[in-house]
Amino acid sequence: MAKRIDVDDLNVYYGNFLAVEGASINIAPLSVTAFIGPSGCGKSTVLRTLNRMHEVIPGGRVSGKVLLDGEDLYGPGVDPVNVRRTVGMVFQKANPFPTMSIYDNVIAGYKLAGARKHKNELDEIVERSLKGANLWEEVKHRLGRPGAGLSGGQQQRLCIARAIAVEPSVLLMDEPCSALDPISTLAIEDLISELKSSYTIVIVTHNMQQAARISDRTAFFNLPGVGQPGKLVEYDDTAKIFSNPSKKATEDYISGRFG
Amino acid sequence: MSDTGRSSTPTVDAPDPLTGRRRPVTVSALVGARLPSWAPYAAGAAAVGVALILKAVFGWEGWGTSFWTAVLVFVIGFTVWSFAVEGRRRAKDRFASTLIYASFVAAVVPLVLILFYIGVKGFSVFSADFFTKSMNGITSRQEGGGLYHALIGTLELVAIASIIALPIGIFTAIYLVEYGRGKFARAVTFFVDVMIGVPSIVAGLFVYTFLLLGFGLRPFGFAGALALAILMIPVSVRASEEMLKLVPRELRESSYALGVPKWRTILKVVLPTAMSGLITSSLLAIARITGETAPLILLVGYTARVNYDPLQGDMATLPMMVWDQLGKRAGTTSSDLTEARAWGAALTLVLLVLILNVGARLLARLFQPKAR
Ligand SMILES: Nc1ncnc2c1ncn2[C@@H]1O[C@H](COP(=O)(O)OP(=O)(O)OP(=O)(O)O)[C@@H](O)[C@H]1O
Ligand SMILES: [Mg+2]
Repeated sequence: MAKRIDVDDLNVYYGNFLAVEGASINIAPLSVTAFIGPSGCGKSTVLRTLNRMHEVIPGGRVSGKVLLDGEDLYGPGVDPVNVRRTVGMVFQKANPFPTMSIYDNVIAGYKLAGARKHKNELDEIVERSLKGANLWEEVKHRLGRPGAGLSGGQQQRLCIARAIAVEPSVLLMDEPCSALDPISTLAIEDLISELKSSYTIVIVTHNMQQAARISDRTAFFNLPGVGQPGKLVEYDDTAKIFSNPSKKATEDYISGRFG
Repeated sequence: MSDTGRSSTPTVDAPDPLTGRRRPVTVSALVGARLPSWAPYAAGAAAVGVALILKAVFGWEGWGTSFWTAVLVFVIGFTVWSFAVEGRRRAKDRFASTLIYASFVAAVVPLVLILFYIGVKGFSVFSADFFTKSMNGITSRQEGGGLYHALIGTLELVAIASIIALPIGIFTAIYLVEYGRGKFARAVTFFVDVMIGVPSIVAGLFVYTFLLLGFGLRPFGFAGALALAILMIPVSVRASEEMLKLVPRELRESSYALGVPKWRTILKVVLPTAMSGLITSSLLAIARITGETAPLILLVGYTARVNYDPLQGDMATLPMMVWDQLGKRAGTTSSDLTEARAWGAALTLVLLVLILNVGARLLARLFQPKAR
């Protein structure tokens, strides 16, 4: 079941350094939301707060609220492990586990977590996830081979398969196509459009055409100045952001593409 | 560019655009003038020649001065030659390479000599009997006897020490890398660093005071194993820590992002990824203690008989057997037989470490991720 995310007045810190200040976003279920903005403005940082991966970094902490279907992710007693089971993540750099085969990589979420499942069931999960990630045809003959032996684009799709294998409600992607060729990028964009029917997706991208193509809503982050925290400048329908943004900074950033 | 460079550099005769004179021009700007590939050997031979001539002229005694003269002549001469032909950057490169090769030789030559010497001296006593018999009832003037008793002792002590120390070491390293934050972790790191420098005899004295004196016990195997474990732990912690730090953070993160708890991430992702490194680190720790002698003098003693029981009675170990046999030589009961046996035990000790090393490396390869 896809879930909605509501971020309310979120401040994100690295130690004493305030990286992002006062971000508020409402993300509807079964939608694709794009985060855009210049490098260092805190897109990845905010994304990682959505499944409590931010606190994995020493000194990483947040204040404010992140609600998943109305439930505060940072509320007392919330287990980050359960949060991450519900909110999956795909990283910028493809990172299949080097010690595992393709097959094992796909079911890593179950295997690592120690879930006991029948071989048949696992086979099904592997096939469904790899098909979902558009990789099945390419690897079905060599599922026993190491995941590290695939091409960069294939590895990234393997990581997506791995993320959707555990059937999360929300899928976070941090520049998933930044290291890929246009064809693999298209494959992943198509994939995102398909996945939209079952997941809520948040994607960070530097490619504005990509944001315009695949997202329903777009959030523009910016750095007001050097040493200042990043801010969410504007959050609106993608069509509006790209045709008629209400903030000057957004327009400048967007039009940089044309200028 | 001087003429010397021509031999190795592809050159053509072309008129100089300024002077109109024909002169050698390198074909490409990317291919600078290079010394011929035999240049280092020629320089080396020349340096030796110069040193020999000087030795003859000045009548230097011994070989020390001549050796260092040859080295000096080689370093200076070769660098200057390279500077003249190849230019400043290559000359620096040659100079640095010379130093690096020299360091390599300086490090390896003594090692090879030691191994070779031990091999030659020790191999003569090797026989089936030598590995299956103890020294029980064998006097220093008698043929025969063997190191079975000492081999058993060393293997038992090292095994016990490893069983105690390696888990502690690896778990401590896991704590430091995965969980350790703040004062306590810093304190642990500090004490580990201090313990690495503890002389083995101090570890021996520690166990001696608390176990043997404290409980009024006679020397026995386990006490020695305990001291060896104390020596092993810090080495194991340090080496394992470095190996665990090599596991990229992204791997841990992608496991967390799948909703895998931290402890399972460590168990299923971090440890398998670092496995070959951890095996190597454990091996380092084992190698560190296998030849340890000092604490064993205090804690384990020596016996010529086979003693399988680490909980009771003196035990023989390989280093102690070397000590025992050579000790007899120093006394009145010396003989070539004892000396040969001492070398044999020393060679066995080296081979033991070698076998462990190779074995662990094979094991590590089994665990290594295979790319294809
Ligand atoms: N591990 C870290 N420790 C300390 N500060 C960090 C860390 N990671 C990021 N930052 C800081 O947080 C701010 C936001 O970084 P973030 O990675 O979120 O940027 P981004 O918008 O994703 O940029 P990019 O487009 O380059 O990926 C930056 O000022 C950065 O220097
Ligand atoms: Mg980023």
